[in-house]
Amino acid sequence: MSLVVRQPGLLSLLQDPGRYGQHGIGLTTGGPLDRNAFALCQRLLGNDPAATAIEASFGGLELDAHTDTFLCVTGASMPLAINGKERELWTVHKVKAGDHISLGYATDGCRSYLGVAGGFVVAPQFGSTATVVREQLGGLRGDKLAPGDVLPCATVSEHHRLQVPRDQRPHYQNQVTVRVIPGYQQQHFDRLQQRRFFSSEWTVSQRCDRMGYRLEGPAIRCDIEGILSEGICFGAIQIPADGQPIVLLNDRQTIGGYPKIGAALSLDAERMAQLQPGGRVHFAAISPHAAHNALHLNHWRIQHMPLQAAPEERNR
Amino acid sequence: MQLSYAGDNAVILYLGERTGAEVAARVQAATAAARRVLGPDLIDLVPSYASLLVIYDPLRTDHMSVIHRLHGIRADIDGASAGSGGREIVLPVYYSAESGADLERLAQQCQLPVDEVIALHSGTEYRVYAIGFAPGFAYLGEVDTRIAAPRLATPRAKVPRGAVAIADRQTAIYPAVSPGGWNLIGNCPQRMFDPNAEPTMPVAVGDRVRFEPISRERFLELGGELA
Repeated sequence: MSLVVRQPGLLSLLQDPGRYGQHGIGLTTGGPLDRNAFALCQRLLGNDPAATAIEASFGGLELDAHTDTFLCVTGASMPLAINGKERELWTVHKVKAGDHISLGYATDGCRSYLGVAGGFVVAPQFGSTATVVREQLGGLRGDKLAPGDVLPCATVSEHHRLQVPRDQRPHYQNQVTVRVIPGYQQQHFDRLQQRRFFSSEWTVSQRCDRMGYRLEGPAIRCDIEGILSEGICFGAIQIPADGQPIVLLNDRQTIGGYPKIGAALSLDAERMAQLQPGGRVHFAAISPHAAHNALHLNHWRIQHMPLQAAPEERNR
Repeated sequence: MQLSYAGDNAVILYLGERTGAEVAARVQAATAAARRVLGPDLIDLVPSYASLLVIYDPLRTDHMSVIHRLHGIRADIDGASAGSGGREIVLPVYYSAESGADLERLAQQCQLPVDEVIALHSGTEYRVYAIGFAPGFAYLGEVDTRIAAPRLATPRAKVPRGAVAIADRQTAIYPAVSPGGWNLIGNCPQRMFDPNAEPTMPVAVGDRVRFEPISRERFLELGGELA
């Protein structure tokens, strides 16, 4: 009872919500880059929010079903096909043993979540199945998916077929405004540097990955060269000596010694992680109060978004 | 103690300006106290050289409550003294040219006999200042100034597991084979990070570590491997 990887695409990883409480031994969190798309994938399937799904980056994933189950794909606009017939994203579909499932390359956004009813059944390490390749932890063997990998899952013959209403689905654009909570070493960036940071347009560099997104633009200078290494939270914006910001994400190192100008609102860092290289980023300041409210509003929206019954499938 | 916002679910406590045993003891005290006052609202803590990053669950609590509670741990922090807190841990090390590729060069560079380098390294009690860089990599300080050698100009592509190394006034044990630019002076047969062991790591931030020189025979007996 499984799905088997025929082609993994550019980068496909098993992920659950992440590995928490292990920073003390130097482990990072991992987990889905786009937590909203991941959470909606699990909600559509009626899964435990902590179930394991596949995060496919950029696309190219192909799977063979060796059992009957239900699956759905949320996130970037990677065309989903089952036995060559295009199927709607953000929608639960039935698959049968012998079916071939493929995800094409994304036009908008770059991270998708493919989940199955009940989730993939993988043994957790340090309390989580999240794959962190750098640490060789999680997933099947601490690595990205490869051809022939067997992804165990339950046989499911009956299931609700829900979908996210079209007007509730996110539009991934090529541009994101990232709200920044002031903090860390912000006082070591003078007014001119801060104005430059907040008023410039930034471009996502080729060097963007699950550790962090490096942005290109005018150099930002800091009064100090380095700091004693300290804990780095999700979204922290590091300014190394070359003045080019790095927004740190799920697979970041837990400590680091570069000055930080603040931290991205996590919701916005997740939207940024849907940008492909060349995407544009603007920064705007947000107060800790407003950031806190934004997290609650988002949580409520994702938890209470009305899901609707999917239309009947034809051409099966 | 100084408090700063870090992210939308994190604040950072600054407990000193520079590294040292006294600051390390304060970080250790703050870590224990923060865990106590935040209870289930806490997601994780990242203690480091002179700071403590506190990550909380923003759906259970908020920054104001967290900051208020962290102000309440001031007495715990002020009560910490350089010799206090943390566990005392002894780690065996086989110091030699065959287990520490830079030992002889480092001795020459420091104009000391090899035995003296070993005596100085193993005669100091170190604090675990931080854990990071890689799973299980513990930064220990502070190395005696007489053997505080700078990092290699060109890092090695492959440092063996268990390598005991010096970089400036810090020392560490490589928990796994990895690239690295520190000066290798010996090897510790005890695993520093083993996902299948309980506990995973023999040390935590704030612990006090001493190195005990062992013979080649004892090293091999304890499961040590020579490259």
